[in-house]
Amino acid sequence: MALGPYASFIVTSYALVAAVVAILIAWIAIDFRRQKARLRELEASGITRRSGRSAGDIR
Amino acid sequence: MTLIDLANPTKFLSLTARILPWLAGATAILLLIGLYQAAMAPDDYQQGATVKIMFIHVPNAWLSMFVWGVMSLAALGTLVWRHPLADVAAKAAAPIGAAFTFLALVTGSLWGRPMWGTYWQWDARLTSVLILFLMYLGLIALWRAVDDPSRAARAAAILTLVGALNLPIIKFSVDWWNTLHQPASVLRMGGSTLDRAFLIPLLVMAVGFSLLFVTLHLAAMRNEILRRRVRSLQIMQASQQAA
Repeated sequence: MALGPYASFIVTSYALVAAVVAILIAWIAIDFRRQKARLRELEASGITRRSGRSAGDIR
Repeated sequence: MTLIDLANPTKFLSLTARILPWLAGATAILLLIGLYQAAMAPDDYQQGATVKIMFIHVPNAWLSMFVWGVMSLAALGTLVWRHPLADVAAKAAAPIGAAFTFLALVTGSLWGRPMWGTYWQWDARLTSVLILFLMYLGLIALWRAVDDPSRAARAAAILTLVGALNLPIIKFSVDWWNTLHQPASVLRMGGSTLDRAFLIPLLVMAVGFSLLFVTLHLAAMRNEILRRRVRSLQIMQASQQAA
């Protein structure tokens, strides 16, 4: 696969898309863990939801 | 499970837990197929290998408008139907839409330099997409500025619906004004003008990126529901401590 004289523009475009998508995925995954951890902390301190469901139920 | 069941955040969380791994897998497979087809696509007679940028630029550009369309539907859900998950959907979509719009602008710019001889031109299409990007940033700022999600939701819904007026301007800017940006070549009356060698990888990448959006959006909605649960438990904790 030859990319010709403008290879740097093509490679930069694909690398940038890969980086931004990776950042989005990481941000969402980290946020999920953080919210679950906060819920667990609150439940551990005796604050529970009216439904009685715990953060451990959330996958 | 019916559509009305999804109004229940707990049922929504259970559904997302079941379907997210499948969606993520399907997204990865489609994007890998699309990337392979993009790599194997022939050079264009005018653009040369630079045509490969189109396989990522066009799906991001489509999604930049599609995500605002989703947020507009969610805004109606907030203002008209008062659906409990409508503002969750709108808030979760904004950063993802901003990312796709940013990518559409930058990859377009990286294509424009070798093809047009410039990274940027203040023509109607480019400028209206830049305005869309700034509106995404404004919306994200609005969500962050107001502490109470239900109050923020109404203001954000109104701003989203006003911003939706920009969508037809973006779509038809290439027809209404004399622009450097080429007119529509895929979604147009009379069918696509693209050769199958370019059209198929482009469509596979477009479906792959759309699935990526659905996956990320559902995951971000799940996070937002959890964030609101944390907030309500923190309020309960504060009121217990005050009593």
